[in-house]
Amino acid sequence: MPIAGVSPQTARTGGVRIVDAVKMYGSREAGVLAVDHCTFDVPAGAITVVVGPSGCGKTTLLNAIAGFHSLSSGSIHLDDEMLCGPGKPKAEPGPDRIVVFQNGALFPWKTNIENVAFGPIMQGLMGRSEAYEKARAMMADAGLRGIENNYPGEISSGVRRRVEIVRALMTDPKILLLDEPYRALDSLTKSVMHEALLEIFYKNRVTIFFITHDLEEAIFLGHRVVIMTTRPCKPKKILDIDIPHPRDYSVLTTKRFREYMDETAAAVHEEATLAFAAGERER
Amino acid sequence: MTGLGRGLFRAASFFTGEEFWRGAAAIAVFLLFWEVGSRSQMLFGFAFPWVGQVPAPSGVLKEMYRLILEPSFWGSAYLSTMRVLEGFLAAMAIGIPLGLAMAVSRTFYGISFPVFEVLRPIPPLAWVPAAIIFWPTQEMSIAFVTFLGAFFTIVINVIGGAQSIDVRYFQAARSMGSSTFDVFRRIILPGVLPSIVVGATVGIGITWAVVVAAEMISGGGSAGSMGGAAGGGLGFFIWNSYVGGSYTQIVVGMISIGIAGYASSAILRKIGEWMTPWLAEG
Repeated sequence: MPIAGVSPQTARTGGVRIVDAVKMYGSREAGVLAVDHCTFDVPAGAITVVVGPSGCGKTTLLNAIAGFHSLSSGSIHLDDEMLCGPGKPKAEPGPDRIVVFQNGALFPWKTNIENVAFGPIMQGLMGRSEAYEKARAMMADAGLRGIENNYPGEISSGVRRRVEIVRALMTDPKILLLDEPYRALDSLTKSVMHEALLEIFYKNRVTIFFITHDLEEAIFLGHRVVIMTTRPCKPKKILDIDIPHPRDYSVLTTKRFREYMDETAAAVHEEATLAFAAGERER
Repeated sequence: MTGLGRGLFRAASFFTGEEFWRGAAAIAVFLLFWEVGSRSQMLFGFAFPWVGQVPAPSGVLKEMYRLILEPSFWGSAYLSTMRVLEGFLAAMAIGIPLGLAMAVSRTFYGISFPVFEVLRPIPPLAWVPAAIIFWPTQEMSIAFVTFLGAFFTIVINVIGGAQSIDVRYFQAARSMGSSTFDVFRRIILPGVLPSIVVGATVGIGITWAVVVAAEMISGGGSAGSMGGAAGGGLGFFIWNSYVGGSYTQIVVGMISIGIAGYASSAILRKIGEWMTPWLAEG
């Protein structure tokens, strides 16, 4: 299906198809249903944002794509390859699907550049000096010059998140899996991070799967927004945002953006109320 | 500024800083009270409880000065230091791999942890008689008990440290193509290192406490009189001073151990800081 703003030439790899995915924690009788017959597409070369209340099970879905968790049934495909499905409940983690975690997972004992160069060295794709050279260039490209030899603990959390995204891009992944990466940031830093992420996206055209509970963030970033029901999660509303890319912050004040907000806010609010009533706690 | 430059700067500012003078004043006041207390019989006509029986710091200082020139005192200090080092290094050499193995392998953990947990609460000194029976020489018994002092602390810290490594680090490393061995070498080892440093710093303190007591019990017991061939060490030195009625020497011995314990912890902390540079700021 064509997505506004994505030219078919650049959108070749990294498409994910989630088909009837179910995840049940615990036993079949007394278990908790986290993901309930979820079916949707993550188009290649585009940004897909999944919005849902905290703890609704959207991270479970992301973990299944990344290969950290298994599915109870259903299947997930990356391009034409089945990641997990019948006979293979859990995908293998791999450098084609890199997660950028909620609270960040830069190794605190490695300097920023050591972190960024980690992937290619681990996979034996590059020698040390070559990996460092590429890391240096990519960091400079992302405006991260001058902090190469600092430890992650010495830089702000916003900059840390950018280093982590650069680290993720080092292995040329087909898809980036971002798990509420900006959740802990203040709203001003967040807006800078959004533009930085878009800039990285325009440059690399990597497929992005982005999880959030912030509707505004979702509509601003996403080509496609998937609004999830509260636990168990399944798509409640899927819409393609036809605001043309490249976008910047002026988009937020446009009429079209407001229309999208109006169109979706009720759905999100309804689920948030349900989640609240069900006593779902922050996870 | 370079690491060395920063260190020198910090050392220099330490002696001019408010903190240093506050500490120095506290020690001076403490010594003053001690001096007055020790002389209370003379000054006030009655001895203060407890402190009235203790030799005065001026006498202790004089005795310390005399002993510093005495080779046999240094011999005692040397013996205790060597025992602490032996016990401590053995505890590190055995404790770290054991702790790592217990943290990494669920099976091994299941087998060894119950035994470990039963043995752990036994105070090292309760091992002294058994150690004397187990080991052919008195030296080995002391070394063994000293080893136990640091061993359990180190192991428990390694296990705790490894278990508290954030699962996201493993997931991230896996995603980026790390093998199991890479994960061990590049995630578990550095992740555990801060806990090893803590375990070592605490462990060597316990080691000093244990070595002195072990020397008193086994050294004093076998030699009975002064100059026992095997014994020796600062613990034996203190015990000997007590038997010989030289109370100033007891205090000198005690202070020496305090200084030695403090110094070894400080050195380990420094080594630890050097090995975990990422923990330096914040």
